[in-house]
Amino acid sequence: MKPKHLITRRMTPTRRDVLRIGGGMALSAPFVGRAWASTTEINMLAWYGHGEPDMVGAFEEANNVKFVPKYYAGGDNMLALIAQSPPGTYDIILSDAEFVQQLNAAGYIEELNAADYPFDDMLHEDFTKFPGHWADDKLYSMMVRGGHLGVSYNTTAASAEEAASYEVFWKEDLKGKVGHFDWHLPTLGMMSLKNGNGAGLWDLDDAAWSAVQETTLSLRPQVGGFFDYGGTFNGLKNGEMLAMCGIGDWITGVLERDGAPVASTIPKEGGIQFTESYSIGKDSEKADICTKFIQYMLSPEGQVKSAQMVAYPGFCITKAGRAMLQEVDPAEAKRSHQMEGMANDPIALINEGRIHYRDIPQQQSLEDWNDFWSEYKNA
Amino acid sequence: MKRKFDLYAMTWRLPIIFWQLLFFVGPLLFMVAISFFVVKNYRMTEAFEMVNWQKMLSRGYFWDSYWYTIFIAGISTTVAMLLAFPASFALAFRASDNLRRWAIFLLIIPFFTSYLVRTFSWYVILAESGVVNAMLGQIGLGPFKMLNTHFGTVIGYLTLTLPLVVILQTVTMANVDKTLIEAARNLGCKPLATIWRVVLPLSKTGLIVAALFCFILSFGDFVAPFYLGGSQEPTLPILILDTTKSGQQWPRAAVVAIMMMATLFTIAFAAIALAYRKGGAR
Repeated sequence: MKPKHLITRRMTPTRRDVLRIGGGMALSAPFVGRAWASTTEINMLAWYGHGEPDMVGAFEEANNVKFVPKYYAGGDNMLALIAQSPPGTYDIILSDAEFVQQLNAAGYIEELNAADYPFDDMLHEDFTKFPGHWADDKLYSMMVRGGHLGVSYNTTAASAEEAASYEVFWKEDLKGKVGHFDWHLPTLGMMSLKNGNGAGLWDLDDAAWSAVQETTLSLRPQVGGFFDYGGTFNGLKNGEMLAMCGIGDWITGVLERDGAPVASTIPKEGGIQFTESYSIGKDSEKADICTKFIQYMLSPEGQVKSAQMVAYPGFCITKAGRAMLQEVDPAEAKRSHQMEGMANDPIALINEGRIHYRDIPQQQSLEDWNDFWSEYKNA
Repeated sequence: MKRKFDLYAMTWRLPIIFWQLLFFVGPLLFMVAISFFVVKNYRMTEAFEMVNWQKMLSRGYFWDSYWYTIFIAGISTTVAMLLAFPASFALAFRASDNLRRWAIFLLIIPFFTSYLVRTFSWYVILAESGVVNAMLGQIGLGPFKMLNTHFGTVIGYLTLTLPLVVILQTVTMANVDKTLIEAARNLGCKPLATIWRVVLPLSKTGLIVAALFCFILSFGDFVAPFYLGGSQEPTLPILILDTTKSGQQWPRAAVVAIMMMATLFTIAFAAIALAYRKGGAR
């Protein structure tokens, strides 16, 4: 046990202690401030997870930067956040590809230098000239990852053969067990594919749009709920929902890694690709470091991080990225079919014409689709 | 008689008046104003157009959500009042002062934790593979679907409101003059008749206020119908979210919000009028 005088001394600082500590703090304050200031903050607008340590931690450490993410859910939400903020608020913006055109049209993003990015290493020709990313031969956004949406299901409730068609959602045994991701665009796109609209799934005339609505309404008795990301995740995990419409491996992949009996597949009628792209915010003063970050995300290391992303996985879009994934994490490469020759290899699916890039309705407004979605939920 | 202006008293009243003007009346007027604005390129633009009102009030799904929200909040209020009454009665008339104090303290404890967390905890209990179905399974019953149903929604509402209703009912009944109850019993009134003819009329105001609070909280709650009810059918708070999510239609969401407030004002005024209506029990 310590002598009593020592304990008393520890608990009662003398005037000299106070002066010493206070003086030290006062003298070191400017250096603390300077050390703080030397870390560059990058304001990021993105879907949840992209600004988390598993994605940006290594880049932050190597470049002495700090990402300050602002997360959104849905392209509309993203556009609104930008519209309501002063120019230059966001340095880097991750958006769904179908919204890039609107970002550019509104003047929210800077032109990129195509020479900065590895276009010659892309896994598919489409990725080099992705729709909406170029305007007048100028590049405005750089695709970094993608994922496919199709039939997501509990493997104990439906077989792979049954899941090979959207018809599985109407299966009698799944009554009340089919869930919806609560966003009209992917679900109505899938219903359009089920109706045989193929590549024209977003370009529906009045008759085709009515038919899509009719097909969707016929699914309503099967539906057990409408969920956000957390609800979808929980519903599949605890078995409340045995099939999910409107999602894909970006949710089931996370559960699958934990051993849940769920899977996603691209049915014979076709699937939808979500595509995520980075743009640099208009008037950002940190364009150089943002360019470096986009290059990092397209590097083999960045592509592997994207494929392993904790929040939701995406597939690699560069050859070097895919090769590195197969080398460092063959289990994930195999699970996500990112291997040449595997059935459901995302690139092979695109080549076979079974994948259609997500878009917005061509002959109706988003409002029309949303109105119908509200009616459907109330039906 | 003309009242003298009392500067001292007014000084004490001013902060609450300013507070209400700044954080209630101001935002309310702003909400009414934006219901006439329009959205262009995801940005709200000042205007005075009826388009949002016409659009929302002419849609069938708005009225479906409206009546469903009133219905499910009404069910929740009825269930909460019925479930709370026996407990409150026992606490008010049977429990010692000390026990009552402890019970009220324990009823307050749920409010220390996040309502969202409490709601999510129901997943473990109500899921088909959850605690309740496991217990029912032991006696050969079930499994029953409880999550993503109206039942789930009501359970969520009760999580929010039941402790509050019990507290309000208990405090109200504890203040009933017990000599009147004893008098009724001495005069031969049976127990149930005593409750009906003495306790309820004397606690009417507090009970109506408890029911009103329960209805208001349920009517405006987003969490329970979304997470435990699976959004089927969508209530008005869910409709507000859907409206803002798609196209950032804050003006249309304002229309829904104003309709909700108008409904609550009407119900609250009716309830208060009923609570303080003169003409007692016979």
